[in-house]
Amino acid sequence: MPELASDSVGVVTPQTAHFDDPLALACGKTLPSYTLVYETYGTLNAEGTNAVLICHALSGHHHAAGRHHEDDRKPGWWDAHIGPGKSIDTNRFFVVSLNNLGGCHGSTGPLSINPETGRPWGPDFPMMTVSDWVHSQARLADRLGIERFAAVVGGSLGGMQVMQWALDYPERIAHAAVIAATPRLSAQNIAFNEVARQAIRSDPDFHDGWYGEHDTLPRRGLKLARMVGHITYLSETAMGSKFGRDLRHDLGYGYEVEFQVESYLRHQGDTFSESFDANTYLLMTKALDYFDPAAPHGGDLAAALAPAQCPFLVVSFSTDWRFPPWRSRELVDALVRADKPVSYANIDSPHGHDAFLLPEPRYQAVFAGFMARVARDQQLEGS
Amino acid sequence: MRADLELIHGWVPEGARVLDLGCGDGTLLDALARDKQVTGYGLEIDPDGLTACVARGVNVIEQNLDEGLANFDDNAYDLVIMTQALQALRRPDLMLDEMLRVAGECIITFPNFAYWRHRLYLGFKGYMPVSKSLPHAWYDTPNIHLSTFNDFERLCRDKGLTITDQAVGNGEHEAHWSSRLWPNLFGETAIFRVSRAGDA
Repeated sequence: MPELASDSVGVVTPQTAHFDDPLALACGKTLPSYTLVYETYGTLNAEGTNAVLICHALSGHHHAAGRHHEDDRKPGWWDAHIGPGKSIDTNRFFVVSLNNLGGCHGSTGPLSINPETGRPWGPDFPMMTVSDWVHSQARLADRLGIERFAAVVGGSLGGMQVMQWALDYPERIAHAAVIAATPRLSAQNIAFNEVARQAIRSDPDFHDGWYGEHDTLPRRGLKLARMVGHITYLSETAMGSKFGRDLRHDLGYGYEVEFQVESYLRHQGDTFSESFDANTYLLMTKALDYFDPAAPHGGDLAAALAPAQCPFLVVSFSTDWRFPPWRSRELVDALVRADKPVSYANIDSPHGHDAFLLPEPRYQAVFAGFMARVARDQQLEGS
Repeated sequence: MRADLELIHGWVPEGARVLDLGCGDGTLLDALARDKQVTGYGLEIDPDGLTACVARGVNVIEQNLDEGLANFDDNAYDLVIMTQALQALRRPDLMLDEMLRVAGECIITFPNFAYWRHRLYLGFKGYMPVSKSLPHAWYDTPNIHLSTFNDFERLCRDKGLTITDQAVGNGEHEAHWSSRLWPNLFGETAIFRVSRAGDA
């Protein structure tokens, strides 16, 4: 059996928390009861001042660090940044990472049973918003005895949840790290999401979202959705250096896989279409589209940010064209106009949007520096 | 702290709202926040300086000064500080306008090219001066707009700006009487405090 590295949180076991108090949602509906699946790393101190919440992105989940079995092939999705001695140092911090409502990795979502009908929610699962997620996360914090997070941290859609935390629960978040995110999607972002949704919804196996009752999956649709999404996660440079125009074999003058990049995308799509729920994918893309905290303030983001009290770290990546650096600058400039404490770094990386998941020395230095400051502000031991 | 930073520290009023352009590792802003309850932001593009600021809790924004300060509103700050960066900008004159747009007052320091050692170096050796305050060779220096104490005074006069204070900093950390009398000759670092016309 392979030894787990000394900077790994080790073998982790997901936990569940069930909630019976109904959750009123932005869409007007109410979730009567729900379950959240989550993992924790490190130990909550006696004062409860060292908790860090991790918010996941579009296709993420609760398994952010460590492995579920000693011989697990892959660690959690943010293992590069969470662990003993890493940016989010589990020797200091107690880390909470959950699967959001509407997800398909154990928390209540379209695959769960609707108590009213006794059958899976499917497409009837209520539309979720970033704000709904934040409210459910706050209840999980209550359950875990966390009054105030030392930091709430997230990349991409996770970063949007961090922003929402600072607005909805300013007294419960001491620091915010918003990475590779945007304060609102552009028309182009929404357009890509719509292509993904149309791919899924037009798959004959989709059955208006009731594919479970037909014992099938909209594999082709979900595969296409993932393929187009995946292109937006990588930079042109990253794709070029990874695949170039490499061929799988000699040109066959047909439509079978010829270029390596075709093979890679098809493989990514195939794997995803077997492991991710289409209804979840649809509602997650909608949550992205809907997020716009400035909208109720006539588009004035600085006005929207007025309730925020905590220091922010905002990080973007030079080749991210899904949420390019200037989208992060929008947030930074608004925070400055609102006179809020903020630091901003634009990290040179060839990896496009996906860079937020990867280790990169300068990214790690800035992130670790910020978390060291969090530890100091929270007066944690050894800081 | 560097000699010019120490002098500036003394000039900044309590509780001022400050922008520090090219804030380095945040030493000055950190000290001003601690000692004088100053608030504001530093701008920096050097990765190590920026990381140091983040780690010590100084607000720092990665921003290239040559792109201006369009993201800061008119009169949003009390004071803009720029130490040892003016000479590296593409258009120092336009930056001066920008600084006095976002604040009524600014403090600027830069290496004085007319410092006697530089004059001797150029005059006798015939090479571009290399010194403690100008450590680069001519071909790799970031200092593309070197100027003198007198040059800057003239620029302020031409723009109708008011110089409310001026001083020199020397590497040896001393304010010798000679540099007060003849700053253009004996000042290694020029330090100016400038405000908009009519504001002084």
